[in-house]
Amino acid sequence: MIKNRKLAAPYLVWMVVFILVPLAIVTYFAFTDKAGNFTLENLMIIGQYSTVFVRSLLLAAEATVICLVLSFPVSYFLSRQRAAKQKIFLMLVMLPMWMNFLLRTYAWMSLLENNGIINRILGFFGIGPFQMIYTSGAVVLGMVYNFLPYMILPLYTAMTKIDNSVIEAAQDLGAGMFKTLTKVLIPLSAPGIATGITMVFVPSVSTFIISRMLGGGSNMLIGDLIELQFLGNSYNYNLGSALSLVLMVIVLLCMSFTNGFDDEDMEGVV
Amino acid sequence: MKKQHLAALQKVYLCLIFSFLYVPIAVMMVFSFNESKSRTLFTGFTLKWYKSLLHNEMILEALWLSLVVAFLAATVATILGVMASIGISGMKKRTQGVINTVSYLPVVNPEIITGVSLMMLFVVYVNVAHWLNSNPEVPGFLKFLPENIFGFGTLLIAHITFCVPYVIFNVAPKLRRMDVRMYEAALDLGCNPRQAFFKVVLPELMPAILSAFLISLTYSIDDFIISYFSCGTLQTLPIAIYSMTRKKVSPEINALSTIMFVAILCIILVSNALESRSYRKKRVKE
Repeated sequence: MIKNRKLAAPYLVWMVVFILVPLAIVTYFAFTDKAGNFTLENLMIIGQYSTVFVRSLLLAAEATVICLVLSFPVSYFLSRQRAAKQKIFLMLVMLPMWMNFLLRTYAWMSLLENNGIINRILGFFGIGPFQMIYTSGAVVLGMVYNFLPYMILPLYTAMTKIDNSVIEAAQDLGAGMFKTLTKVLIPLSAPGIATGITMVFVPSVSTFIISRMLGGGSNMLIGDLIELQFLGNSYNYNLGSALSLVLMVIVLLCMSFTNGFDDEDMEGVV
Repeated sequence: MKKQHLAALQKVYLCLIFSFLYVPIAVMMVFSFNESKSRTLFTGFTLKWYKSLLHNEMILEALWLSLVVAFLAATVATILGVMASIGISGMKKRTQGVINTVSYLPVVNPEIITGVSLMMLFVVYVNVAHWLNSNPEVPGFLKFLPENIFGFGTLLIAHITFCVPYVIFNVAPKLRRMDVRMYEAALDLGCNPRQAFFKVVLPELMPAILSAFLISLTYSIDDFIISYFSCGTLQTLPIAIYSMTRKKVSPEINALSTIMFVAILCIILVSNALESRSYRKKRVKE
């Protein structure tokens, strides 16, 4: 239509300077030492932090699976409601997302504390108290709570495209509930599942606030480790850059793994 | 299982999930009216935390900074993004693909990586500026680069950077779907290209541009992680909230959450009401 490519010039400059160059700088620091000489040492040192990496991947995976299991029925039920009701429910799902995640996480701190509300209620019935905050379970809970809507929404988008008659046909042809689920619902909502998994896993594996607020000092994740190298006491840009690079590779791997299923659904979610 | 049982089960399940989503927020709201500083024992009703919040200089300044940065970043990002969308639409498919891939990086990358990489860029800049300014062999006219850049400027640059891609991904598809004949008709009817753009193309794109602006605004106000790495000693609202949560006991946070929740609820309800009203009007016209 309007053939004026020059209009893109300011953005292209911006893109190169503030997206590509910073990533190049991170890569450069990852492969050099303090004096600027080439080294692989930063990447080798990461081996010492393998427990942190394993913990991050494990907790993020746990949170993703829990989100998926919890969201699947929610999204299905929502997609079968009348249009007006769907709109209200969707708003209810999105409303907490609009609150800053620091406030949402803070809310759980007062619930989970040793003399927090949950323990007080349990104590009323003569149970507990339990150590809930500053455990890995609390970190997973924080991830699930913060990112659950990111799973519900893409699943819901995929499921609204499933016609009721398809499900009825499966049931007419003798499929039980389990068969309908595994042979019809899950395959047809695969793009939503893939998008949901990325949208929960990526922020979970890279978070550093949730683990700090709910996990205390003992549940350090990759995000915490990176933050410590740049703004914390450790202060080692080179190691921090190497860690960032590895995290980026993990995320890209995860995305290329799930991208096989979906190519169109990103737009609807963003 | 009978159908009724299933329906009941469904209701119970939805109730459980929604209480999971809302109970923590409700608890915060209740405790914002709590007399004592305890986060767990309700001792009496008071509004004093709201009062002290409204006199809390740190929070008010942070809120003001957040609003200013969000407004500026969204405006610049929208202008940059719309220009880029139009420019890119005239390029070859392959070039478009490359630009889109790069633009996707800040969207798909974990926020911490975007934050850290921008911080490194600024750090490298500071080092270069410092070297230029302190090296006696460098001629004087090169010694003009400021060294203390961490603050408003870096914050704004970071916010613009993560907002522009959202603008492009909102506006570019709209532009692609637009009818070229409308633009050509305007030219045929005597508009010059500039007039045709401002009178035909821009109004057609306006809804997408507006929603891109609003998305940028909300992302910018809500952002913590990227700001955290690029703000220096400045405090946006999320960063102020973070420093408050570090102090543990601070019922003002609860009051702040309550105010924000109610404000968001109002915005959503009003925008929904407006939307359904314009929808009804459209139907009446048809």
